[in-house]
Amino acid sequence: MLPQASTLAQDFDQLFSFIFWTSFVSFVGIVLATLIFILKYHRSKRDPFKTPFIHGHTVMETTVSVVLFIWVMVIFAWGWIDYKKILAVPSDALEINVIGKQWLWEFEYDNGRKTVNELVVPKGKPINLLMSSQDVIHSFFIPNFRLKNDVLPGRYTQLWFNATQLGEHQVMCAEFCGTAHSQMLAKVKVVEEKEYETWQQAWETQKPGVAKEGEKIATVSPVEKGKELFTSKGCVACHSVTGQKLIGPHLNGIFGQEVTFTDGSKLKRDENYLRESLMEPSLKLVQGFNPLMPTFQGTLTDEEVNAVIAYIKSLKE
Amino acid sequence: MSHAESYLKEGGFWSWFTTLDHKKIGVMYLFTTLVFFMIGGLFAMLIRLELFQPGNLFPPDMYNKIFTFHGAIMIFMFIIPIIPAALGNFFLPIMIGAKDVAFPRLNLFSYYIFIGGALLAVMALFSGGVDTGWTFYAPYSIQSKTAVILVALGVFVMGFSSILTGLNFIVTLHKLRAPGMTFHRMPLFLWAIYATAIIQVLATPVIGITVLLLIMERVLNIGFFDPKIGGDPVLFQHFFWFYSHPAVYIMILPGMGIISEVITVFSRKHIFGYKAIAYSSLAIAFISFLVWGHHMFVSGQSVWANLLFSILTMLVAVPTAIKIFNWTATMYKGSIHLQTPMLYALSFIFLFTIGGLTGLFLAALSSDVHLHDTYFVVAHFHYVMMGGTVMGLLAGLHYWWPKMFGKMYPEIWGKISCAFIFVGFNVTFLPQFWLGKLGMPRRYADYLPEYTFWNMVSSVGSWLIGLGFLIMFIYFIWSLFRGKKAPANPWGGDTLEWKIPSPPTLHNFDEVPEIKAGPYQYGVIKS
Repeated sequence: MLPQASTLAQDFDQLFSFIFWTSFVSFVGIVLATLIFILKYHRSKRDPFKTPFIHGHTVMETTVSVVLFIWVMVIFAWGWIDYKKILAVPSDALEINVIGKQWLWEFEYDNGRKTVNELVVPKGKPINLLMSSQDVIHSFFIPNFRLKNDVLPGRYTQLWFNATQLGEHQVMCAEFCGTAHSQMLAKVKVVEEKEYETWQQAWETQKPGVAKEGEKIATVSPVEKGKELFTSKGCVACHSVTGQKLIGPHLNGIFGQEVTFTDGSKLKRDENYLRESLMEPSLKLVQGFNPLMPTFQGTLTDEEVNAVIAYIKSLKE
Repeated sequence: MSHAESYLKEGGFWSWFTTLDHKKIGVMYLFTTLVFFMIGGLFAMLIRLELFQPGNLFPPDMYNKIFTFHGAIMIFMFIIPIIPAALGNFFLPIMIGAKDVAFPRLNLFSYYIFIGGALLAVMALFSGGVDTGWTFYAPYSIQSKTAVILVALGVFVMGFSSILTGLNFIVTLHKLRAPGMTFHRMPLFLWAIYATAIIQVLATPVIGITVLLLIMERVLNIGFFDPKIGGDPVLFQHFFWFYSHPAVYIMILPGMGIISEVITVFSRKHIFGYKAIAYSSLAIAFISFLVWGHHMFVSGQSVWANLLFSILTMLVAVPTAIKIFNWTATMYKGSIHLQTPMLYALSFIFLFTIGGLTGLFLAALSSDVHLHDTYFVVAHFHYVMMGGTVMGLLAGLHYWWPKMFGKMYPEIWGKISCAFIFVGFNVTFLPQFWLGKLGMPRRYADYLPEYTFWNMVSSVGSWLIGLGFLIMFIYFIWSLFRGKKAPANPWGGDTLEWKIPSPPTLHNFDEVPEIKAGPYQYGVIKS
């Protein structure tokens, strides 16, 4: 049996048991009926020319259909209710960027720390993984948490969890991605919150190039890196971060807010929208503005795109 | 007895190669697709050999090609064409009392197209292979350096064969039924073929267009699917499954049709709920177009699409279960004769029920999140495709073999082979449900040590299946030369093919038969 290592794992196991046992009963019913018929009505006991003429029974068929319909709708509803829990990312979740590439997993924390194939997280804290791929489609799968989601190039997908068991949990790639698909493995290492903080601090103080041991130095977090890119790539020329209207829309506190486009449609600005606006700026044009922004496709690496988005998300005055 | 001679009388390469006779074309399809089944089966054995224990027996790239060929050959060159194009071609005209299909030349042309497409795909075998999986998911299929284009072209070409065969059958069923053969007097096998033909005609063009777009993207660098050049990889999955999910029903419906025939004949009972079975085939065909998104619950498609696809998928369970219920009920108070075809029909009910029920785990959204792309899915679709379609095919093959070739297969060896295949199948695929629940992903050239035991069991099962098929191969070939001569009606069947000699004459019927009742008039009517 797999350990139930996240808050959602138990839900899966319960639904699985429900479907399993109800299916099992109907399966046994069919097999028993078949066996009884074979034994009781075997050719050796029954004259083949004296079988009764029965062509059906509408009431029975309707009953079977209705009962079955109700049963599958219960399964559907149960699945849907649990699925919404899988989707509902808690607002206080710790966000970690995941980049999948042939054939490894890269994790980037909000302080700029990067790890490969090892994701260290605190126990009992909601974690939200913001995932994208650098090449083909991958799928981030943690069996002990009963969770997976595809990781796509050019788009963000999310996966959140709250780990309940300390220790290492296997991560596998579940979408075929080429030669070393089956070696694209990682571990989620769940530690106590204290230990997690020490782990992060240890890194912040031991950054290469630091002169004195124990001295805390400024590290380049994605937000800071994004801020830097925001100036160096010229974004500041058209987008204010204060709320002032320049050539382009301001970016102060816009994340998660609804916006109206020139064609009248509305959208909540999320990571995927921001990414799309960097790659294809004219696709969804905010009302009151002109299509002047150049594309950053090929100009920014995936990591830089993540940083810029992290910076925009941090803007709240 | 008829004065005319058996359709097999005239031999020689040209008499087959240029024949317009639906029976000969059916036999050609049968042997061609069975050869592909053998090749696909050998690839399956190689897969199980690699997975017998952790570590790499073949280099991972080679393994990836092996499972791609296993899937692509089994799907496109065996399981989609075999029942409609081989058994359907042979028996559809006979079962409605016709001399041939509506367009005999088109029928032969479809066969040529099929061979052409299959050769293209087979060429890929000799030009380095292809490693994308039979699903060709973009952008991997765009970036892969293997012979994707050849196989994609093969699929494109074979699609036309499928469309034309479907079209031919629809017209034949509408236009060439003998006097008195109303739709409601048609054998249920034909209802199944009819529903299948509708899907073939409506859905197959979509896969043609999809692989064409894929080829255009690879050759001309047009960004349909690769986000690097402005495409959308999820769009590919929508296109692909818009065909490939209905295609699942192209595969299973004809198998269900055969089971309806075999169960009644070997129980000597009228089918239970004729209309329910007939119309449930059409219902399944209809719903099959609306459920493709259940392959994509974790692909990043919209949440509301997931909701809708989950409900619609659940609905498929209803007509499917009605069929299983009706087949079981048909045996009630019958006189059950456990000959090989019936054993396969019973295997079908047993295995297909497991296949259907395990589909519920995958149709429910939250449980699919864990089970998607694991061995649970692999086990599920093998229970449906092999436990369903292949068992149906084997039931039909043994049932109609005496009619097709005028020779009986050896009954005792039929039963022994069936036992090996049935047991071997369960030994191979039951453990895979468990592996999937434990989280072993599919398409893995290597696996973690904790999955070793059940993989070993599964590989041993594959050898039992292999042995079963080897026995079958030998006795079928043997029976063609040494088999007992088959009587016109060895099983006591009531449908039209049993009222003509075995093997049939060139023109099937000397006189146009007149039909006065439905196909399964067994049993004594009590007032």
